[in-house]
Amino acid sequence: MNRLFILFTALILCSPTIKAVEPEEVLRDPKLEERARALSKGLRCLVCQNQSIDDSDANLARDLRILVREKLKSGDSDEEIIKYVVSRYGDFVLLKPPLNKSTFILWMGPVIIFIFGLIMVLFYMMRMRHAKKAIPLTEEEKNRLTSIRELR
Amino acid sequence: MRNAVIIPICTLLSLVGIFGLYLWQIGTGQKSLNHLPSTLINKPAPRFNLPPINRGGKGFSTKMLRGNVSLVNIWASWCIPCRVEHPYLMKLAQDGFSIYGINYKDDPKNANTFLKVLGNPYRAVGADHSGLTSIDWGVYGYPETFIVDSNGYIRYRHVGPLSETDLSNTIQPILKRLEN
Repeated sequence: MNRLFILFTALILCSPTIKAVEPEEVLRDPKLEERARALSKGLRCLVCQNQSIDDSDANLARDLRILVREKLKSGDSDEEIIKYVVSRYGDFVLLKPPLNKSTFILWMGPVIIFIFGLIMVLFYMMRMRHAKKAIPLTEEEKNRLTSIRELR
Repeated sequence: MRNAVIIPICTLLSLVGIFGLYLWQIGTGQKSLNHLPSTLINKPAPRFNLPPINRGGKGFSTKMLRGNVSLVNIWASWCIPCRVEHPYLMKLAQDGFSIYGINYKDDPKNANTFLKVLGNPYRAVGADHSGLTSIDWGVYGYPETFIVDSNGYIRYRHVGPLSETDLSNTIQPILKRLEN
């Protein structure tokens, strides 16, 4: 039983990491290929929506990877390629959403919450400081205090 | 002490409100988790010129979309939901609407058999072997159906198979509106 366990663990550890990019897709120019990989890591596969096209085995992801490489080969800049894909599939295709009107709350949310928290903390601290200020005893209270002391 | 009670309750209620609204929108069909808005709505249809699926056929190109309101359906013989929506396309064709097909990554032989057995609702079919034309249309799920007006502008997009309710609630009203 123990041996079997070790064997399985070893097999799992030795299994090659699965990569979606297939050998025939890879460009000869290593610089272009590097750009292609960087671009496809930022593009969402729309079939399996939480994977990038670089990771996905879906048919559409493969087509998009090839498209990115074709466009790189014809001399397009990274921005031109991203612009093309976004023009077809919308901002959703970008794994890192851009800052614009519809994503304003998404990007600014943490900042707004932080500022709100800061205001709450300041407010709390001010109240605490206010509470620490001792109010002097009135004449009446002083007299009562001396009388209690004298009783002892 | 009172704040300690009120703040968590308010937070919970506002979260329930937000999620509830979202669920309600999904329930009434205003918002769908699977359907992305198309960026091509109200833009001209992409330019393409596809070869026919059968020898001697006429293929399908952007030019053919000018002049009348048409439906562009992206389909394949291997796509099971395409079979599901096929009767509704036939119905639209019988009602006189012009439907064009983009045959996505299909074996022409299978595509022709599909049309022979189930009927051919298309005025013309273009074969998209590379899938690049479909990418130009922003297609990510099959089948997809676009409504293109007589000036060649995309006015509506439907992802997935058409159903009878889609036909009567959205497709036919839009087609009729555009034709007038």
